[in-house]
Amino acid sequence: MAKIPQRKIHDYLRHDKKFPHVWCAGCSNGIVLGAVIRAIDELKLNRDNIVMVSGIGCSSRMPVYVDFNTLHSLHGRAIAFATGVKMYKPGMKVIVITGDGDATAIGGNHFIHAARRNLDLTVVLLNNNIYGMTGGQYSPATPHGDKATTTPYGNIDPNFDICKLAIGAGASHVARTTAFHAIELQKQIKEALEHPGFSLVEAICACPVIYGRLNKKGDAPAMMRNMRDNSIPIKAAEKLPPEQVAGKILRGTFIKEVRAEYTDAYQKMMDQLSPKEGE
Amino acid sequence: MTKEKATSKKTEKVEAIVEKKVTKAVIMQGNEAVAKGALAAGCDFFAGYPITPSTEVAEILSNELPKIGGTFIQMEDEIASMCAIIGASLAGAKALTATSGPGFSLMQEAIGFAKITETPTVVVNVQRMGPSTGMPTSPGQGDIMQSRWGSHGDAPAIVLYPDSVKEAFQLTIRAFNLAEKYRSCVVLLMDEVLGHMREAVTLPDLSTVRVINRIKPTVPPQWYKHYDENQKYLSPIASFGEGYRFHVTGLTHDDHGFPTNKPNEAAKMMERLNKKIKHNIRDLVQIETEHMHEAKVAVFAAGIMGRASKEAVKMARAEGLKVGLLRPLTIWPFPDDAVTKMLKDVDAVVVPELNEGQLFHELERLVRERKDGSLHRLNRNDGTVITPAEILTKIKEVYNG
Repeated sequence: MAKIPQRKIHDYLRHDKKFPHVWCAGCSNGIVLGAVIRAIDELKLNRDNIVMVSGIGCSSRMPVYVDFNTLHSLHGRAIAFATGVKMYKPGMKVIVITGDGDATAIGGNHFIHAARRNLDLTVVLLNNNIYGMTGGQYSPATPHGDKATTTPYGNIDPNFDICKLAIGAGASHVARTTAFHAIELQKQIKEALEHPGFSLVEAICACPVIYGRLNKKGDAPAMMRNMRDNSIPIKAAEKLPPEQVAGKILRGTFIKEVRAEYTDAYQKMMDQLSPKEGE
Repeated sequence: MTKEKATSKKTEKVEAIVEKKVTKAVIMQGNEAVAKGALAAGCDFFAGYPITPSTEVAEILSNELPKIGGTFIQMEDEIASMCAIIGASLAGAKALTATSGPGFSLMQEAIGFAKITETPTVVVNVQRMGPSTGMPTSPGQGDIMQSRWGSHGDAPAIVLYPDSVKEAFQLTIRAFNLAEKYRSCVVLLMDEVLGHMREAVTLPDLSTVRVINRIKPTVPPQWYKHYDENQKYLSPIASFGEGYRFHVTGLTHDDHGFPTNKPNEAAKMMERLNKKIKHNIRDLVQIETEHMHEAKVAVFAAGIMGRASKEAVKMARAEGLKVGLLRPLTIWPFPDDAVTKMLKDVDAVVVPELNEGQLFHELERLVRERKDGSLHRLNRNDGTVITPAEILTKIKEVYNG
C-alpha cells in the first residue's frame, strides 16, 4: 500500500469538483474508497472503461468523487442499473458500491439474482450495520440486540450474514474484511476485479457517529481497534473451537470458483444463432 | 462472433425480420407490432418481466434480439427492468421495456430517474383493467393519469397512444425517436384489446422509416457537459465508455451532472426539463381529426376508444348528423391548442373512456370559461369496451339535447 503515494489517489479523484465529501469524521468509507482506487491502479485498468454504479446511502455517495464513468442510481437498485450497463457493454469493468441496507434490504432481490446469474460485477458492500444517511435506523445487518433509532428497546431482528447470503444465491467470488485491514481489503478488491463472474467484497465499516454512539462502541479509533481485536481470518477460525469463533468477524475469501459467466453465456447463445463463416 | 461484429450485421438482419412483412398485408397482433416497431427503430436492448397482457412483446424480442446482436434479459421484477434499461441506455443502447398496470406502478420511481437524468428510454404499458391486479385480460384506460403523474416530483411526460395495430408499429418507432431526440422516458400506452387484437396490416418499407438517433458530443471530454443547453433545450449525450467520464445522479444536479443544493441551479434544471417539452410542443403533439370543420358535436377519445369513436362518428354521419372526431395520438403533453379550438367550434363534446373520466378532467380544465352542459362523459369501468353503437346513442342524446 505504502508503495503508492497519496498523489496517486488524488489523480483518480474529482478533487476540483466535488470536495469536501459528505462523510463524517471517523467514517470508514474513505478507507474503502482508497482501497478501491489502489486496487484499480494496481491492475492498471483504463478509467474510461470503468463504470462505478451505486445506490443511495452514505457509501453510495462514493462515485461522485471519482473520475470514472459514474452512476449514482436509486435506493437498492445499483445492481439492476449495473446489469443494464454490463449486459450492453460486456467489455466494461462494472463496479457496484453499495451498503448493507441498500444491497440486502431494499435491493435484496437484485443482489441475489445478479449473484445467481453470475454476472461479472464487482460488488463492494460497505457494511456499517446501520442506515447512516437517514440518521441511524436498523438495517438487516444490525446485530441482534443492538440499538438504532428505530430499535430503542434493542433489535429483535436476527441479522443477515451477507457473505453466506451471496454464496447461497450463487456468487462465485465472496470475500470479507474490515476497514482496519486496509491492505487486505485492497487485495480482496483486486482479486474481485480480476474474477470473471459475480464477486462480493464485504467491507465491515465503522460508523462512530451514529451506530457507535448509539451502541457505546467508543470513538472511531476504538471501533477500529475493535475490528482488529474482534476479527479472525477464516483459516485461523477453522482451527479454533466454535465458542472462540462465535461473535467474531470472519475475514478472508469464502469462495472463489470460476463458473459460466452470464455475458459469456449470452455471447455463446448469440454465436450459435449467427450463421457460420463461409455459409 | 463478437458483439461488435453482430451489431454491424444488424441493419440487414432487422430488414430480414421485418421485410417479409412489408410487401403485403399480414395478420398481426398489437404486441407483435410493438416488437417489430422497436426493431425497426433500432432497439437493441430489452429488459422486462412477464405480465399479462404485454408478455408477447418480451417473447418476440427474446427470439429476435439475440439474432441481431441485441440484448434481451428477463429481470427479477419490473423495478429492475426499468433500472436495467436506463443503465443500458447510458451505455448507448436504444432500450425498451414492456409491462402492464401493476408493473408500470413499480417502474414509476425509475421512470422519474430517467426523466431527471434525461436518459432516453421507452416504456410500453399495455393497460389492463385495474386497480391492483384487477382484470388482467380485460381492457381499461385507468393509467392515463398515471402515465402523466405517476412518478413523484413534477416533471413533464411524453405519452403516445395508438388505436390500431399499424399505428402501434408507427408510434413505437416514434416513441424511440422522441426518446432519443428529447432525452427522456417516452411511454407508449396500449389497450389490452389492441395488444391482443390481430388485424391485417401493411407495414411501411423499412427504407422509408425515419429513425432518429441521439446527438453525440463533438467537444473534447474536458468541455463536455452532460446537460448542455441550446435554444431548443436539446443537447448531445455521451455514453459510458466513450472517454467522457460523466456523472449521473437522481439528485438535483448542475449542467455537468453533479449534485447541487443551490436554488438557482435547481431552478435551471427544472426549467430545462419543462422547457424542452414546452418549446417543442408542435413537434410532440399529434392529433387525428375527422369532419371537425363542420361539426356541431365532437367526440374526443384516445386509444381503442378513439377507434370505437371513429366508427360511431361514421355511423352518425351516415344518419346526417354533423359530428366530428378529435383523437390525440400524443396524450401528454396534452393537445391544449387543438382541444381549445374544438371546444370553441362545437356545441358539445362527448368523451368516451374506459375509466371514471381521466381525459375528461383535462377537457374540464380547458373549458372552464364556457357555460356548463357542453362536456359529456361516457365512462365504463367493468373490463368491457364501449361499443360504437353506445357512443352513437350518446352522440344523439347530446345532439338533440
